[in-house]
Amino acid sequence: MRAALLLPALAMLMAGPATAEAAGAAPRTHVVVIDQMRFGPVPQGVRAGDTIRWINRDIFRHTATARNGSFSIDLAPRAQGRTVVAKAGKIPFYCKYHPGMTAVLGVAK
Amino acid sequence: MIQKSIFPVASVAAALLAAAAGTPAAAVGEAPTDPQIAHIAYTAGVIDIAAARQALAKSKNATVRGFAQEMVRDHEAVNVAALDLVKKLKVTPADNPTSAALTKQAKADERRLAALSGAAFDRAYLANEAAYHKAVNAALDKTLIPSSRNAELKSLLQTGLKLFREHQSHAEHLAAGLK
Repeated sequence: MRAALLLPALAMLMAGPATAEAAGAAPRTHVVVIDQMRFGPVPQGVRAGDTIRWINRDIFRHTATARNGSFSIDLAPRAQGRTVVAKAGKIPFYCKYHPGMTAVLGVAK
Repeated sequence: MIQKSIFPVASVAAALLAAAAGTPAAAVGEAPTDPQIAHIAYTAGVIDIAAARQALAKSKNATVRGFAQEMVRDHEAVNVAALDLVKKLKVTPADNPTSAALTKQAKADERRLAALSGAAFDRAYLANEAAYHKAVNAALDKTLIPSSRNAELKSLLQTGLKLFREHQSHAEHLAAGLK
């Protein structure tokens, strides 16, 4: 029983770094804060498959909507949510309710 | 059409600037007090929510309706925050001639818009929204924010100004795109 559990774990440990190397770094989570009617600094080093955690600190409802349809999230006041960025590229995004709120997310492959 | 949309701008601006110049309620040159500022800001929000509700009752244009829904949601959020703040500060908003003039002008605008329908209503509503936010923003920037004494009130008004500037440009953008 114990050996049965240990063996795959050991195999994973040994294969772990090599597999991650081959498939690129493991997906990471980045944060974008929305506050005072602005998108805060957009994270650098985002890769396709990573997650963006959107934190809305405003008392207003906002969205973060990619112009290319790659992602869209609707955030209630003071709410947060996550989107996975599937596609690489320079992705302009905006708030559907407040179209003056814009930013660009750079996503590497 | 153009004449009609300019008229309310001038009136709203005059009403709001009266707060700067000193109104019959305050000695000439005297800045509005925090209770008066809170009342003016709250009243300005109530007026825009009423205008949006009128638009939601009359307009069939999806873009215009979306904008009106945004106005209701955002201005209600600011006004809820304003009510929470005055409660916390134990301040009673004070009615004043600027608030009264704003409300009087809003009733006139509402009657004028009530007589319109279809695309004519949509155009007039958006033009009025752009002009109204422009006038309110000028008053916030030049008078209400500089005159406010309480830091939390000032901060809420500053947040409001950021929001209303976005509303103004959104309304201008939509108005320019209406056929």
